[in-house]
Amino acid sequence: MARVLLQREVARRFAGGLLELEVEASSYRALVTALDVRFPGIAQALTVRTAVAIDGEIYADPLLEPIGPHSEVQFLPVIGGG
Amino acid sequence: MGNEENQYKVIGTRPIRPDGVDKVTGRAAFGADFSLPGTIVGRVLRSPHAHARIKSIDAKLALALPGVRAMVTGADFPELPDEITAGGEAPVNFRDVSHNVMARAKALYEGHAVAAVAATTAAIAEQALALIKVEYEVLPHVIDVRDAAADGAPVLHETMFTSGVEPAPKKPSNVAGRTEMGLGNVEEGFAAADVTVEREYTTQAVHQGYIEPHACVASVTTDGQATVWSTSQGQFMVREFCSRLLGMDRAAIRVVPSEIGGGFGGKTTVYLEPLAIALAKKSGKPVKMVMTRDEVFRATGPTSGASMKVKLGAKRDGTLTAGDMTLYYQAGAFAGGPAMLGCMTGFAPYALTNARAVGYDVVSNRPKAAAYRAPGAPMAAFAVESAMDELAQKLGMDPIELRLKNAAKKGTRAIYGVKFPEIGFVETLEAAKKHPHYSAPLGPNQARGVASGFWFNIGGQSSAAVHVNEDGTAEVVTGNPDIGGSRASMAMMAAEVLGIEYSKVKPTVGDTGQIGYSFLTGGSRVTFATGKAVCEAAQATVNELRARAAKLWECPIEDVEWKDGAAHPVGGQTDTRTVLSLAELAESAAKTGGPISGAVGINAAGAGAGFGTQICDVEIDPETGKVTVLRYTVVQDVGRAIHPAYVEGQLQGGAVQGIGWALNEEYVYDGNGRLDNPGFLDYRMPVASDLPMIDTVMIEVPNPGHPFGVRGVGETPIVPPLAAVANAVSRAAKVRLADLPISPPRLLAALDGK
Amino acid sequence: MSKHHITATVNGEAVEFLCETQATLLDVLRDELGLTGAKEGCGSGDCGACSVMLNGRLVCSCLVLGCEVDGHSIDTIEGVAEGAVLHPLQQVFLEEAALQCGICTPGIIVAAKALLEKNTDPSEEEIRYWLAGNLCRCTGYDKIIRAVQKAATVMREA
Repeated sequence: MARVLLQREVARRFAGGLLELEVEASSYRALVTALDVRFPGIAQALTVRTAVAIDGEIYADPLLEPIGPHSEVQFLPVIGGG
Repeated sequence: MGNEENQYKVIGTRPIRPDGVDKVTGRAAFGADFSLPGTIVGRVLRSPHAHARIKSIDAKLALALPGVRAMVTGADFPELPDEITAGGEAPVNFRDVSHNVMARAKALYEGHAVAAVAATTAAIAEQALALIKVEYEVLPHVIDVRDAAADGAPVLHETMFTSGVEPAPKKPSNVAGRTEMGLGNVEEGFAAADVTVEREYTTQAVHQGYIEPHACVASVTTDGQATVWSTSQGQFMVREFCSRLLGMDRAAIRVVPSEIGGGFGGKTTVYLEPLAIALAKKSGKPVKMVMTRDEVFRATGPTSGASMKVKLGAKRDGTLTAGDMTLYYQAGAFAGGPAMLGCMTGFAPYALTNARAVGYDVVSNRPKAAAYRAPGAPMAAFAVESAMDELAQKLGMDPIELRLKNAAKKGTRAIYGVKFPEIGFVETLEAAKKHPHYSAPLGPNQARGVASGFWFNIGGQSSAAVHVNEDGTAEVVTGNPDIGGSRASMAMMAAEVLGIEYSKVKPTVGDTGQIGYSFLTGGSRVTFATGKAVCEAAQATVNELRARAAKLWECPIEDVEWKDGAAHPVGGQTDTRTVLSLAELAESAAKTGGPISGAVGINAAGAGAGFGTQICDVEIDPETGKVTVLRYTVVQDVGRAIHPAYVEGQLQGGAVQGIGWALNEEYVYDGNGRLDNPGFLDYRMPVASDLPMIDTVMIEVPNPGHPFGVRGVGETPIVPPLAAVANAVSRAAKVRLADLPISPPRLLAALDGK
Repeated sequence: MSKHHITATVNGEAVEFLCETQATLLDVLRDELGLTGAKEGCGSGDCGACSVMLNGRLVCSCLVLGCEVDGHSIDTIEGVAEGAVLHPLQQVFLEEAALQCGICTPGIIVAAKALLEKNTDPSEEEIRYWLAGNLCRCTGYDKIIRAVQKAATVMREA
């Protein structure tokens, strides 16, 4: 089971304030699908303005990234730059 | 510096940049240097009011003026949905971009474009602007960020309801959004503290200050094919933005990048290009548009001014127990200031288990904020690093020791949730502590300040192509404008992988028709992400060269290894298998399958985070309030310096922009919401006589995410200097300076109020 | 409005051009004579990117009218190198990485050359004050100052 950490705002809006949960998924896409079943609407919120860190590695455009059985998956805002 | 043990032939050396001769002889073509035969001139009519309803625009007289060929207003641009668009670029609200390049129902800041005309000469275009009659209904305006966020402030957008608050507000306001992030429990953290510091801080809006104003030429054929020559941080950004704003296919717009005369984030969006295309379409002529400096100040950039509050708690031994910050950032006239990035970066250098950051994105009647080098980070770092200095004073601790005690390391969880991978922050603190600067004696009215800073650095999408020429030289084509020597680093990385001399590699910045999509030059990403693409394209080329040698040797490719720019048979040479140089393989390419190339497109992850620590010595004049920077040292983890001289240049230039932000630069408004200082005489950027030499120490903790260990280096250096300067001045003045810029009147007032 | 007929010497060569009364020398150089090395950064004499020599004196060409140069001599960045041979300042700017974006570079080289012709061994402070009228936003000036110092040494030893 991957450990998933949600941003506070997303957690408040979709997950009843739950900041941390465990999800069974082997890819990012499967993980978001599983989250959306549990918290309808969260997938849309996670695809715009959101990047993801999987085991500390930040992906701006995630989709097919594999997720390990003990991975930590952290949603975070998209980062730009100057 | 690490170069003594350089295992590379090219990486880490300091060759002359390929575009250098053109740039020292005046031959290089920047944005305003390009023209086509028959080009006419476009000029923009701008709102004289900070906030006004546009009731009507009458252009009859202007259009009747001989020489006037076309005019556009907001009515000429399609209305776009009010939504954040995800995609290849960072999230953008294109409706706002469209309304920013050309006002619709309201002008939202002084300088907001209201109409544009194209005429045969600049003088006629100017005359035409004067003949356009715009009827305005002047509305109450608001400039200050706290005033704009207050109840009862004039509201800019009737459709703006603060996001991120529950329940959702029923009344529109200027607060576009509230964002909050945190770790642990700050109340418990402060309860466990022996010492706390708490203070409010302000910084002013400052402009990126690139010396080259925005400029472009657009030409549109009768079948609707547009070509744009422009100065920007990304030809693909210009193409995407114009495509969306004008409802044109990407393939119908070709964008050719000129040399770029500085950007620092300010050229990551469009202002003129969509207007020039629209005018070129209407007039049937190529249209050239160049901003004046006044227009650059009034209508582009700047970055957000900020109003902030920071509280820190610590044990008596210096261990931080909690940190709390609230940030109000100016967004300018449209939502999307970098408050979120301030929240993410301010506490990042420290291992805090209890932390909270709340940010407000607030619109007001100012030009829409644009990115500026580590957008959002310098302001938050100013507040946090000032608080760290005050805490060190309160604890009687050395400020570097206090930072070392709490420094983020590999595995530290940042407030935005991610655990840091391999980072070199501690190394920068240790190097700063040992640096002779840190122990040099100080005289009367002199003091030393220290501050640290963090920037994420980004990766993203990049394309690169390597082509082997018939004579064994090579071309490297990428899609990123060279803003500070990146052609050199691209050529160096290609030369290293190919195993040939740097001088044999010719780098080119391709236009949108010559190379695949590449995200813009920004976020400190080019040497990292585009560099990684170049390494992979060069490696693909090497593999093709090996395949050609395998054909000639009639052996499997596994039996060919590439070293020192040549194919070598594994297991040694034989009569039929003699070493084949790249030049020999190039010469025989026609006989072995045709031209030899390697092209890749990647989306680079693994940008290594950048940390830095800076030391600043100042002397204050208690009579005049003038601050003199006496000595300055920048220490930064740069991962791997591909061309060390250009890395040093990034550290020096970023630090000096930060010094300007700390001491001189600010947007000054009059009571009518009009900018009082839209020129370099009154908007005072640092000049040569204001500064000492800027010493640099490059720490190399390689980034495992790049073949040569590169980390982005461009943005981190502007993060620490605001506080490094303010901490030095505060120690010299023996009073805390919490409001920037620390101009002479402000320092005098602080000294008098002590 | 009729244009003025002007004759002048630019980079040692006789030129003639027609110019409107309000056109600046910078406009003339860039738009009439095709010499785009001098840049317009501000149009108000504050940034120095348009620096040229007028009768041997350093000026901002955006503050001089085209009509004013009738019969006078102008030297621009395009005339600093002798054919294919770079001036020591140009060579040293390349070696010392004294430019990043390069937009201020022509003006700074013209200004620095004017200094070194007057003072063959300027101090750091003299260089900093001489170049205080030339803005550079990229470099923080460090490498520019060092390059001018090194060029002075090279020129003295030549």
